[in-house]
Amino acid sequence: MLQISGTNRLGIIAAVLIGLALALPNLFYSRVEQHNDAIAMIESSGETPELIEQKGLWPDWLPSGLVNLGLDLRGGAHLLAEVEVEQVYADRMDAFWPELRDALREERETIGTIRRTDTNDGTLRIRISNADQMARAMEIARGFANPVVSLTGIGHNDIEVSASGDTLIVGLSDAEKLATDDRTVQQSLEIIRRRVDEVGTREPTIQRQGTNRIIIQVPGIGSAQELKDLIGTTAKLTFHPVVNRTSDPQANPGARNILASSADPQDAGIYYILEQTPTVTGEDLADAQPSVDQNGLPAVSFRFNPSGARKFGTYTTENVGALFAIKLDEEVISAATIREPITGGSGIISGNFSTQSASELSVLLRAGALPAEMNFLQERTIGPELGQDSIDAGTIACIVAFAAVLIFMALSYGLFGIFANVALIINVGLIFGLLSLIGATLTLPGIAGIVLTIGMAVDANVLVFERIREELKTAKGPSRAISLGYEKALSAIVDANITTFITAVILFALGSGPVRGFAITLGLGIITSVFTAIFVTRLLVITWFDARRPKTIEV
Amino acid sequence: MRLKLVPSETKIDFFNRWRLWLGISAVMILVSLASFGLQGLNFGIDFIGGTTIRTESTTDIDVAVYREAIAPLELGDVSITEVFDPNFADDQHVAQLRIQTQEGAEAAASTMIADVTAALQAVDPALTVQAVESVGPEVSGELIWTATLAVVLAIAAVLVYIWMRFEWQFALGAVAALVHDVVLTIGVFSELQIRFDLAIIAALLTIVGYSLNDTVVVFDRVRENLRKYKKREFKEVLNLSINETLSRTVMTSVTTLLALFSLYFLGGDVIRGFVFAMIWGVVVGTYSSIFVASTVLLWLGVTRDWSKKEDPAGTQFGNIDA
Repeated sequence: MLQISGTNRLGIIAAVLIGLALALPNLFYSRVEQHNDAIAMIESSGETPELIEQKGLWPDWLPSGLVNLGLDLRGGAHLLAEVEVEQVYADRMDAFWPELRDALREERETIGTIRRTDTNDGTLRIRISNADQMARAMEIARGFANPVVSLTGIGHNDIEVSASGDTLIVGLSDAEKLATDDRTVQQSLEIIRRRVDEVGTREPTIQRQGTNRIIIQVPGIGSAQELKDLIGTTAKLTFHPVVNRTSDPQANPGARNILASSADPQDAGIYYILEQTPTVTGEDLADAQPSVDQNGLPAVSFRFNPSGARKFGTYTTENVGALFAIKLDEEVISAATIREPITGGSGIISGNFSTQSASELSVLLRAGALPAEMNFLQERTIGPELGQDSIDAGTIACIVAFAAVLIFMALSYGLFGIFANVALIINVGLIFGLLSLIGATLTLPGIAGIVLTIGMAVDANVLVFERIREELKTAKGPSRAISLGYEKALSAIVDANITTFITAVILFALGSGPVRGFAITLGLGIITSVFTAIFVTRLLVITWFDARRPKTIEV
Repeated sequence: MRLKLVPSETKIDFFNRWRLWLGISAVMILVSLASFGLQGLNFGIDFIGGTTIRTESTTDIDVAVYREAIAPLELGDVSITEVFDPNFADDQHVAQLRIQTQEGAEAAASTMIADVTAALQAVDPALTVQAVESVGPEVSGELIWTATLAVVLAIAAVLVYIWMRFEWQFALGAVAALVHDVVLTIGVFSELQIRFDLAIIAALLTIVGYSLNDTVVVFDRVRENLRKYKKREFKEVLNLSINETLSRTVMTSVTTLLALFSLYFLGGDVIRGFVFAMIWGVVVGTYSSIFVASTVLLWLGVTRDWSKKEDPAGTQFGNIDA
């Protein structure tokens, strides 16, 4: 059985060559990285001689996939954010209120007067004066129900109507809440991606995790705080009519009004009483750019889309002389008197901006508002120096571990040890090839996984060699001993590696972040080490044996 | 001339003193459990929440000065340790601060990090912040849960796999060895109060995988020898199998330890705890696959009428190519 068929030989050699070719770009990391960046740049913004030169640093016909370096190696920031999905329920109800109000008012004859009461549980509560006509009120409200548009919500309506005493309660149904949650998180994900892209950092990872969480990893950013400033602001821009100004933070704004503080330090202690329902919102913005106001101070200019322009035009025409405020999240950033109708659909926000804050705000406004606030559950910042230190230390440890194992194997098994060493070198090449192929991210624990694999990869070879030694003792010919050695060691190799592989899979499935990186390299290492031990070393041994035909062998 | 760590033929009686070995293991397990029960693990922020800040400076670090500098911030429980590593340059002084979760803060009160940095830079202008990590209480609770689940699942999966491939006695033997290794590793972490974070869980699972690797190789040989020597006493077969695989067991442990030690000394301080867990695990795992797994198997005994059932389900890999 000391034969490997020609096709198998070719297959083994081809697999090794492909694997090594895939690993090759990693040896010229910065060169290939420039090449890849240049290609991306040319695609997005056209060719320049400089970019073509950078592109030429690496031949196009060679593979150019690289192992991504994780945050702990490159430096950068990581955030785990939870989207406060419940906030959207209240927004939905606020938007629904005018419609429902008008419908209920039409039936004033039967149900009497209506009044909305304040709640904070994301429902609409409406008191009606003729409580005995509740059934009619509920019927009207139910008339607005629509079927839920989602796979799991089929057969359910989007709103739930109930009553308690003289209060009509309208809220989102559970099915609609689920569907809304999903949309909210998707939307948040999209907006975070836009905001991060606007800043132009490379290769950010923005992923959804679980039902309402988002992982954001941005290499190269200075700190998690910077990242939080960028994505943590909801940036909900709204235009409100001003009811009054006050200096009392405890002032009662009255029904359907809200109290908002001023963001301008010159107006410290000033509070605005605003109508709760905004005239126009940031959703109607078509564009926002940093600019300067008539006094030459930094400001943000904006342009509405047609529907926003119409709403704003109508309002300003009807309310010349009135005061209106621009509110960003919870604070009024600018308040001004309407001097003349603004029908052009564009305007300028002049507040207390610096050049930087004006440009930040325009980025946020362009990317759009987050549908809900975010709560940061976990954050990590790794400085680039620490990352470089870790790469250096990891590389040295890898090389030393490698050298130690190579020497030890050669001393223990002589020529066969050298065969195992060749296989081990190929093995590490293959791990990098596979990592590049699947675009995996290498982390510090991942490097530890590779070093561990170097130590354990020889195990399969050791099992075979020890077995050949044993078979040689029973005085069979060398050819028979080699073939028996491979045959009999196989079940131990397979069982031992499958069990380790099971733990790697569990680690991958349940682990997060760095632990996953470790699981990936460990798992790939098991696959490549079994492949190299069973096929590559065997090919080497058999080729050597066929060429020499030794009468005796020593393992 | 070959380097041989184990003579080519050994006839060590591994069960001669099995009471002693099991006794040692039992005592170590008790010590581990007692240590875990009495002082508990030194959990990292992954599991209890809080913030760690890693600082670096070119001037010497005085922990007391640092402590004094941030005292006015009233952050509650703060631990400050200086980190030493042979790879550091002479003027590279690294400190690690661990701050408990702040009241009412979801992850890190970002102002808190800025305040701490400012306070420290006031006493040492050369100081820079190298890394910050913050974990909120909600996530840390989940992390403990998934970590425990991972270890339990791994052990259960292995139990099932070995049961399928061997017999239930083998599975129990292997799992006894695994539990032994996991308990002793947790024990050493609690006794030495080494920081126990998420990476250590990864190390624990690797230990599970490694220890199993060893155990399976021995068991595979036991299975083979049971068929080969149908007349011999079970204890003798076990002993023979361990002796036959001893050279391999030692070889693999040595190559793995070579790799791990180079990582321990040269891989930097960030992963040192992780590597320590693995080194300990490899040593304990090698020991347990010989002394614990096999002894448990000896106790349980096996049904040996394998001559009748040439059941391919249990031996499918054994017969490949044969």
